Amino acid sequence: MPGLEDLYKEIILDHYRNPRNRGELESPPAHRTEGFNPLCGDEVTITFELKDDSLAEFRIAGQGCSISQASASMMSAAVQGKSIKEVRDLTREFKSMMSIHEESIDSEEPNSASTATFELGDLEALKGVVKFPVRIKCATLSWNTLLTGLDELEA
Amino acid sequence: MNLPPDLKDQFPLLSQVINDHQIVYLDSAASSQKPDSVIEAMNSYYRTINANVHRGAYEIAAQATEAMEASRTQIGKFIGANSANEIVFTKNATESFNLVARSWGGQNLSEGDAVLITDMEHHANIVPWQILQAEQGFEIRWIPLTPDGLLDLTQLDQLLDGVKMVSITAMSNVLGTLNPVRAITDRAHDAGALVTVDASQYVPHVPTNVNDLGADLMCFTGHKMCGPTGIGVLWGREEILESMPPFLGGGEMILDVRKDGFTSNELPHKFEAGTPPIAEIIGLGAAVGFLESLGMAEIRQHEISLTEYALKALGDRYGDDLTIHGPKEASQRGGVLSIQYRDVHPHDLSQVLDQKGICIRAGHHCAKPLMRELGVGATARASLYLYNDESDIDALVNSLELAGEMFAL
Repeated sequence: MPGLEDLYKEIILDHYRNPRNRGELESPPAHRTEGFNPLCGDEVTITFELKDDSLAEFRIAGQGCSISQASASMMSAAVQGKSIKEVRDLTREFKSMMSIHEESIDSEEPNSASTATFELGDLEALKGVVKFPVRIKCATLSWNTLLTGLDELEA
Repeated sequence: MNLPPDLKDQFPLLSQVINDHQIVYLDSAASSQKPDSVIEAMNSYYRTINANVHRGAYEIAAQATEAMEASRTQIGKFIGANSANEIVFTKNATESFNLVARSWGGQNLSEGDAVLITDMEHHANIVPWQILQAEQGFEIRWIPLTPDGLLDLTQLDQLLDGVKMVSITAMSNVLGTLNPVRAITDRAHDAGALVTVDASQYVPHVPTNVNDLGADLMCFTGHKMCGPTGIGVLWGREEILESMPPFLGGGEMILDVRKDGFTSNELPHKFEAGTPPIAEIIGLGAAVGFLESLGMAEIRQHEISLTEYALKALGDRYGDDLTIHGPKEASQRGGVLSIQYRDVHPHDLSQVLDQKGICIRAGHHCAKPLMRELGVGATARASLYLYNDESDIDALVNSLELAGEMFAL
């Protein structure tokens, strides 16, 4: 049985208690996207400004559990200043760590982050979420919202 | 008379060990556990008389039909229906509401009309009206709440002006509030409106008589009242059901089908297209038998006592650190306790309790407009039923502190 210590690592609780890049940028000019977890009511609002194809400014607001808020905070730190392509790759890497990829249907163990082309850094702390499947949506809410925001801009 | 103290023994699931702890099930507002008698009734149907109903002339088909119709009669009597024809089987309360909105609403609502609901409705009594509204362009009005989580009826006369249907919950699945249904149905009828009652949280817990409530239509579901999933009920006064067009089309709901059209079957079959969930209907009949054997008045009394115990135990232990949404008096509410403990998010709270084998619900409980009124994204909800006892409440009270230590900001 996975214990709470697998889920609630100290660094996660730190990001929950002291969220980074919290708030909203004025929109416009910033792009603004909202995300909802229809299962539990969590909400995130992402605002960002692009400069030369990179996320120059990034803020995240909303309400949710420690996992969703910590994941959002860690994401905000990880994507700040990155190019859109880097952000998309990182998102794919993160979701793969959350065992969200087509291959996972056949494999018993979710792909480990060892195949990562990106250093997930602090984000590795969220790996334990996979052992609590109902919480995966909490961890991925902000990432999916960011993807939606990027898609909207590129549409 | 009290409920038997060893009631948990009749619910096999409640003897399970989860995460090294005997399970403490406090999520009956989402779905109740099932007693042996219900599980056995369904198994027995499959083992002995499984056959399609209302057609075969052979022995087991006749027995299956008889068992299903006996359940319909029993369920009708249980809620004070005037005839078994007033009991329409659906998949759940949600389908019952969709049936009402699509069939009655489709026929009767258009621009200039209004439907009156409340700020504490479940999505099942909101979205079907909104879907229809997009097509037919009527107005949806909302009865607001008082700060205590009661319906604020001070503006009811104005709200009722021009309303054709009032659709309200008898008991909130978030606040536990028991609403004054009879007073509202009387005033609605005076204003020329019909009333649909959401009794999903009411029928399982409170002695129910549709004539006392003064309702015209009533929706509830089987799995919250010790019955199986996949079976719900729409009760309606016969003349209203008669006036409504069919909802789903297909087998069973017709008297005749020709190339140029069809003739609807009689009530209640008019609204029961396709092979019904026979085992589930029989299971729900067994659940009603189980509830009747305990006595609905006794069940209600048990839940009032347990709710009082819980309100006091939580208040004594945590004081201002803990908020319970909804009415403060156990007599005004059912055993649904939506709690906010310090600033611990409901999701985290339920995760910590799960480690102790305690099952509570975290989320918006399919009532997002209410969540917005309360100014929260989610609540942690513990809900009680006939099999819960003081030890379950003690487990809840004792485990909250653990979550506080981990997550207090």
